[in-house]
Amino acid sequence: MDMEQKFTSKTWPESPEKTTLEGKNKFLGFWLFLGGETVLFASLFATYLALKDRVPDNSHALAQDMFELPLVFIMTMLLLTSSLTSVYAMYHMKNYNFKKMQTWLLITVGLGLAFLGFEIYEFNHYVHAFDHTFTSSAFGSGFYTLVGFHGAHVVIGLGWFILLLIRNSRRGLNLYNAPKFFVASLYWHFIDVVWVFIFTVVYLMGMVG
Amino acid sequence: MATTTGSTSANPKVNYKYRRNKARQEMRAHVTSFAMMIFLTLIAFIMVMSGFDKYYVFPVLLLLAGIQVVLQLYYFMHMSHKGHGAVALFLYSGALVALIVIITFMTIVWW
Repeated sequence: MDMEQKFTSKTWPESPEKTTLEGKNKFLGFWLFLGGETVLFASLFATYLALKDRVPDNSHALAQDMFELPLVFIMTMLLLTSSLTSVYAMYHMKNYNFKKMQTWLLITVGLGLAFLGFEIYEFNHYVHAFDHTFTSSAFGSGFYTLVGFHGAHVVIGLGWFILLLIRNSRRGLNLYNAPKFFVASLYWHFIDVVWVFIFTVVYLMGMVG
Repeated sequence: MATTTGSTSANPKVNYKYRRNKARQEMRAHVTSFAMMIFLTLIAFIMVMSGFDKYYVFPVLLLLAGIQVVLQLYYFMHMSHKGHGAVALFLYSGALVALIVIITFMTIVWW
């Protein structure tokens, strides 16, 4: 079958992301990667939990002194909503509506950028208001490694969406790029899965003690 | 070279209405699970703000996070669809290692 074959909404297959062998392989390989990412993040969470509030002396700020719930709440809502908007994008992908898929992906990118902006503000605030840096304490190293790694995933996810949108802006949907959009949206959901644990374990549990 | 398999119907036009309908219903389920995620998040934040004891709050927070992740995986990431057996194997293997790593680090580092 020709990957560049033109479809209509009526001839478009039900699961376009898994119609070609390449799509199937991508799908399987990507989930294997996500299993590996789970282990990667687990090691970072474990390190953070072991090093939480381990500071050289009491002039250093602890989790309870720094974290602010309103900021974390806004970031959580932004990322959670961006997860829904990328679901909408995939809904339109399956309905063979390229324009709407592009629109919802752009909204997703916008929300992701807003999240990133808040995270940069947050880190900057901790460094300047509390002298909480990567090298100031074991707690600092653990915190910035874990949350920073998640932030790096957001950056990569955004770059991935943007490149896909630019690269395929005039191509329309076909069996060549449908798996690509689908896998990128899976990655974006996984970023949200990790954030659920970050806001729970790092911020909420950090605030309680 | 690409191989075509399965899901494309011999007569897609017959399927079209049914498929559209199914997709719409699924989208509605997604919006419902999104509303639930927001609700669970709100409960989690309110619990922390109202200042209960940590031995009471921690298990509930972890439970809320667990439910939210299941919703995300099975609805948003479509693990509830068929053909996700290998996917579940990969993910749960990862989760098992994750659990062991976290328990190990929390008990043997810095003691």
